[in-house]
Amino acid sequence: MKNQVLNLKTRVMNINKSTRSNAVTIGGILIAYVVCTALINSGNMSNLLRNLLVAMCYYSIMAVSLNLTVGILGQLSLGHAGFMCIGAFTGAFFSKITVNTINNTFIRFTLAILIGAVAAGLFGIFIGVVVLRLKGDYLAIVTLAFGEIIKNVLNVFYIGYDSKGIHFSMKDTASLNLEEGGMVVVKGAQGISGTPRNSTFTIGVILLIITYLIIVNLVNSRSGRAIMAIRDNHIAAESVGIDITKYKILAFSISAALAGVAGVLYSHNIATVQSTKFGYNTSILILVFVVLGGMGNLRGSIIAAIILTVLPEYLRFMQDYRMLIYAIVLIVMMIFNWGPACINWRKNHSLKDLTKKLMKAKKEA
Amino acid sequence: MEMLSVKNLSISFGGLHAVDSFSITINKGELYGLIGPNGAGKTTVFNLLTGVYKPDMGQVILDGENITGRSTIEINKAGVARTFQNIRLFKNMSVLDNVKCGLHNDNKYSTFAGIFRLPSYFKTEKRMNEQAYEILEVFGLEKEAKILSSNLPYGKQRKLEIARALATNPKLLLLDEPAAGMNPSETEELMETINLVRKQYDVTILLIEHDMKLVAGICEKIFVLNFGIELANGLPQDVLNNPEVIKAYLGE
Repeated sequence: MKNQVLNLKTRVMNINKSTRSNAVTIGGILIAYVVCTALINSGNMSNLLRNLLVAMCYYSIMAVSLNLTVGILGQLSLGHAGFMCIGAFTGAFFSKITVNTINNTFIRFTLAILIGAVAAGLFGIFIGVVVLRLKGDYLAIVTLAFGEIIKNVLNVFYIGYDSKGIHFSMKDTASLNLEEGGMVVVKGAQGISGTPRNSTFTIGVILLIITYLIIVNLVNSRSGRAIMAIRDNHIAAESVGIDITKYKILAFSISAALAGVAGVLYSHNIATVQSTKFGYNTSILILVFVVLGGMGNLRGSIIAAIILTVLPEYLRFMQDYRMLIYAIVLIVMMIFNWGPACINWRKNHSLKDLTKKLMKAKKEA
Repeated sequence: MEMLSVKNLSISFGGLHAVDSFSITINKGELYGLIGPNGAGKTTVFNLLTGVYKPDMGQVILDGENITGRSTIEINKAGVARTFQNIRLFKNMSVLDNVKCGLHNDNKYSTFAGIFRLPSYFKTEKRMNEQAYEILEVFGLEKEAKILSSNLPYGKQRKLEIARALATNPKLLLLDEPAAGMNPSETEELMETINLVRKQYDVTILLIEHDMKLVAGICEKIFVLNFGIELANGLPQDVLNNPEVIKAYLGE
């Protein structure tokens, strides 16, 4: 019996380091999920926090997916919210026009997610082909511009449908020439309202775990190695025959598609989707999650996204000082995460060492 | 049998003729040394051969295939691999993954299979691991396979770069100063490794080196470049005793 336990222990220790780290992350997400559900069911969770649960999920998905571009591919993108915008609009549009024809919520929402992901992914490919020949600051500026373009173009879209099909205009609702009984779905700056609110915390968590697994599996595969090789040294990557353009676009479009998923989750969580919500500020906010959590560190991205989604809401009582405190928290987190002295301190005071010491003391006693 | 045949390869940067009418013929399995003073254009020759620069003139034929003016990636696929003067490893990846990057083009499965862990993923990864460990063993790096490549000592980083280049299964291997920064005993070990690699992998090698002990010790033929122009070319004893080579490079 004792031998078996020991065997199991060595086997657990022998599991691949990355597999173990994934298990820890997914386990953490699941525990958080169970705790939250228990709190909701027992009525112990405040309304404020309960309303933020889905937001945490889509911001985490955004952070993890942006980490693929910024941390793993090593290219700075400031237009990530643009892809979320495309996902949100296509998903919401689909749900709205099929709400009466597809009665099964599960099938409709799954389709909406897939459509949002594909649409955002296609845009990712399109924009990637255009911009990925640039590097560094230039790439950042161009992605920023594309993000704004997506936002502003969607801001003047009017789309409606009637028995003849879908009508489209960039002027106003009247120029759609809808028949009587036709419905305007996208109303320019007012966006899409009345999307079925299918997003739940459970779906959010499932999507987050799927996103995480997709990126982790990608990183630990042949394509992932190629992507990281490009990040580490693109000249050497070329010299071993890695097709740089192909893998850059691949990573960029997968990242965009996952942002589209987050967008669908977003648009099915609130009453109205407006394109102005997906501006420069949102892109920067998500970049802050990634930088704070650590480039290439997916778990860090999730933790940073959760903390920084909840924090501003809880700081509301400070009114005007809210963003000031927010900034200070960012700086403190940055120092704690990446300051050399703090890293050393964390190494010397890790939980692992503490348990080891306790075990030793127990044995001696 | 000719492995590499280069005729009148030239490139100028502005008014500077960096490489002028470079011609060389390397037979299959030969180990050729390329030497010359600093700034002679040795690395530029490597960059021309691997497609980093496009030549103004001349042609490069590898094993009967004209590869002049092709891209770096295509030239690598045609069978030319190289190392760099200043080490260019994938620093944030493990030693094993560095070699597996070299195996990238010979072991394929789709990105989809990688993400969703289809059987082809496991099959190909297993084969890649076996091949990578095989190469690492030749270089004595198998124990360090799991550590980050930037944590390797300098000499081993140089070896890992050669290992990664070999993983692409090249016909022609270009080594740019493989012994730079190594102490005499490390250089000695490197010479043995290079000899072993030639035997095991049946590869033709062209190397740039300043360490005359290494060059004279293992090269079968030597090419001397000075100001982009051929100064001497032939067997080591002839070249190293050539008065012009002594005057321009070796010193009296």
